[in-house]
Amino acid sequence: MDQVELRQWEARCIQEEPPWCTAACPLSVDARAVCGHLAAGRPGGVDEAWAVLCRTLPLPGILARICDAPCKSACLRAQRGGGLEMGALERFCAERATRTPRLAALPSRGKSAAVYGAGLAGLAAAWDLGRKGLAVTLYMDDPGKALLDRYPGRLPSDAVAQALDGLARLGVALAPAQALDRGAARAALAGFDAVVADPELAPAEALGLLPDPVTLAGDVPGLFAASLPGVDSPAALAALGRRMATSVERHAQAASLAAGREREGVFATRLFTDISQVADLAPAPVPEAGYGPEEARAEAARCLDCQCLECVRHCAYLEHYGSYPKVYARRVFNNEAIVMGSRQANEFINSCMLCGLCAQVCPTDFAVADLCLDARQGMVARGRMPPSAHEFALRDMAFANGPHSALARPAPGQPASPWAFFPGCQLPASDPGTTTRLYALARQALPQGCGLLLRCCGAPARWAGQDATADAATASLCDDWEALGKPRLAVACPSCVVTLKAELPEAEVRSLWEILADAGLPAPESAPGRTLAVHDPCASRHDPGQRRALRGLLDRLGAAWTEPAHSGESTECCGFGGLLVHANPPLGAEVARRRGQASPEDFVTTCAMCRDLLARAGKRCLHLADLLAPGPDPDPAARSAPGHSRRRENRARLKEDLMRDLWPDSAESLEPEPWAGVAVTFTPEAAARLEERRILVSDVQKVLHAVEQSGRFLKNSETGRRLAAHRPVAVTYWVDYAPDGAGGFTVHNVWSHRMQVREVA
Amino acid sequence: MSTLKVLEGDFSAWTCAACGQPLAMRPVELDYLGSRFTVELPACPACGQALIPEDLAQGKMAQVEKLLEDK
Repeated sequence: MDQVELRQWEARCIQEEPPWCTAACPLSVDARAVCGHLAAGRPGGVDEAWAVLCRTLPLPGILARICDAPCKSACLRAQRGGGLEMGALERFCAERATRTPRLAALPSRGKSAAVYGAGLAGLAAAWDLGRKGLAVTLYMDDPGKALLDRYPGRLPSDAVAQALDGLARLGVALAPAQALDRGAARAALAGFDAVVADPELAPAEALGLLPDPVTLAGDVPGLFAASLPGVDSPAALAALGRRMATSVERHAQAASLAAGREREGVFATRLFTDISQVADLAPAPVPEAGYGPEEARAEAARCLDCQCLECVRHCAYLEHYGSYPKVYARRVFNNEAIVMGSRQANEFINSCMLCGLCAQVCPTDFAVADLCLDARQGMVARGRMPPSAHEFALRDMAFANGPHSALARPAPGQPASPWAFFPGCQLPASDPGTTTRLYALARQALPQGCGLLLRCCGAPARWAGQDATADAATASLCDDWEALGKPRLAVACPSCVVTLKAELPEAEVRSLWEILADAGLPAPESAPGRTLAVHDPCASRHDPGQRRALRGLLDRLGAAWTEPAHSGESTECCGFGGLLVHANPPLGAEVARRRGQASPEDFVTTCAMCRDLLARAGKRCLHLADLLAPGPDPDPAARSAPGHSRRRENRARLKEDLMRDLWPDSAESLEPEPWAGVAVTFTPEAAARLEERRILVSDVQKVLHAVEQSGRFLKNSETGRRLAAHRPVAVTYWVDYAPDGAGGFTVHNVWSHRMQVREVA
Repeated sequence: MSTLKVLEGDFSAWTCAACGQPLAMRPVELDYLGSRFTVELPACPACGQALIPEDLAQGKMAQVEKLLEDK
């Protein structure tokens, strides 16, 4: 990612866009922050709210008391009971604050400005210019009296006096009022770097000027004027003064008057805030004397605290890292750019489920998946991918594509078949019996002939950013597919559907569930007894046909079903997507746990990995195949998810069984691995450690086989237990064991590390 | 390079089955992703076979592995 791409990513996320109140305020007051301080009810909260106003408003003690609050109609709350009474809240702050932030001016810049007229525009211009360090002369006889006359009954005289005192502290000098015409204005430029005409004294038309609408620059450099706003709005008048002051400063610095001012004053925000679940709540009427503390707090509490955060609210992963995509894009950029020190975002990058939910709910289609996948590919290319993140998943994929699991055969008795069933690698791992029955069902639905293609589609390698490994898997898959005569593929796994369509564009890929829905096979007699909640796998998010087929098949089965929270295009990932469960197991478990809470009913789904991870999280969950091709298990929703080693054994057993039963003539005999004959049993504690630490039974067998070969192990003279280590490739496995007296071993504990021990003899 | 002491505890009950010698604390080199440390570990004085206890592997060692992976 380069700087330009980073900017593009950042610009796409709208969370930092200003809320509607700020965008509608000519002076860009952060009313959301004001309300936040007031609503919190903390001691000093009013002072904090007042400090926000003082940071933004010129002459805050004046404007806060007379503000016409144009934000009120723009406020999103206006659609839910009435816009915030911001004018009354500003007044409350001005009246009740006990502390006002110190008013400070920048050091003198040696530049001067004359301001003619002390309406709100003139006063605001003088205030802002004084703060910017310009020497300001304000031409007005008695600005205090002018203010009191202009806004009768609304300004206490001490507030006016304090405001004038503030101007004096900013170095604004008062001079006798002077009539201003075009000639006088031009003449004044002889004594000042810039001249500002208050439109209430001398509107641009009276000076014969047609100022630039953005800069309010007149026809000679340094002269600034404005027309009166169409409505009598104190905020709009003050904003004219501020706009002229900004132009004066730029003129004094010989900078561009117009550059980068698109969002000055009132503009349209790009923020999105979902108020669909917000109930109506009207404001309390504003008493003549203004709000008291409780009324102000209650009114401020009506503020919706407008934010977007659509993706963060929907995704446990985005929520977990405590920020939002604009910030995350910067973290990913920094992670890549860092030369020395620790990469802080590796875990973040490897924890995205790549499930597409964020882009689905984002008003501007921000796809964190694209950001993270690109970052993963970059990490792999630069040799910076943490080896521990995906190695286990990639080993599993290699096993699924290896001689013990992979299989490509035309239908029994056919030399070639027009179709091939592609169950994916996780259904065979989860439930070989159901896979076998589902294949029989596929052959019934596709009587013209349906072969079998058992292997992994390559998705794990793609998700890991390991494109070379994924390309190799695709090439191998393509060889198998071509050897079968390029059959159409009937695919059970939703992730495989997505991957195969992308990787094997020449193949006709169809979801098995749609095929079965179209085939109209008679439903099995045992309809599920209870209502099910349909869990759409995230891979079917953009595949309405698959989602319809799932529901249609449930109807045909006579199953009562319901939609959980977040369904269809807005469905949530189970935690397997993007290999989250491998790269960040605790977060993966939390994601599955949260998804399980989307409905109190048992889930039914078409993804074997969703089923197993949800089951592991304690959710009762069925695979649709459990209903379409039921086996002997009376309660398949309660079936526990097989562990890592069992998944491999299941794949191997499926292949063996199918070869024996369907293709007995072409059975291959595989040379058993040398360690496969080591007999091991595990204590319950050791069995739990195997799963938790992602150590396979075969890893333990390899250690013990190595011990048999080398005779090297450690022996505890007190317990009689033994300890042995072996490093087959990149991980050292330790086994705490004892001979079982029958030629095998009882394993008491297992652990591993990636660090390599260099023995010093 | 200095030798890090990371282990407390008594490993005197452990002997190397191949050499028949009790393990003794001695410097052992560990490396990962190009970084190398010398750590004092129980090891066979004869053949050098070292013992990495469970707590060390799952604790400090795992932390250092993660640090090095993110470096």
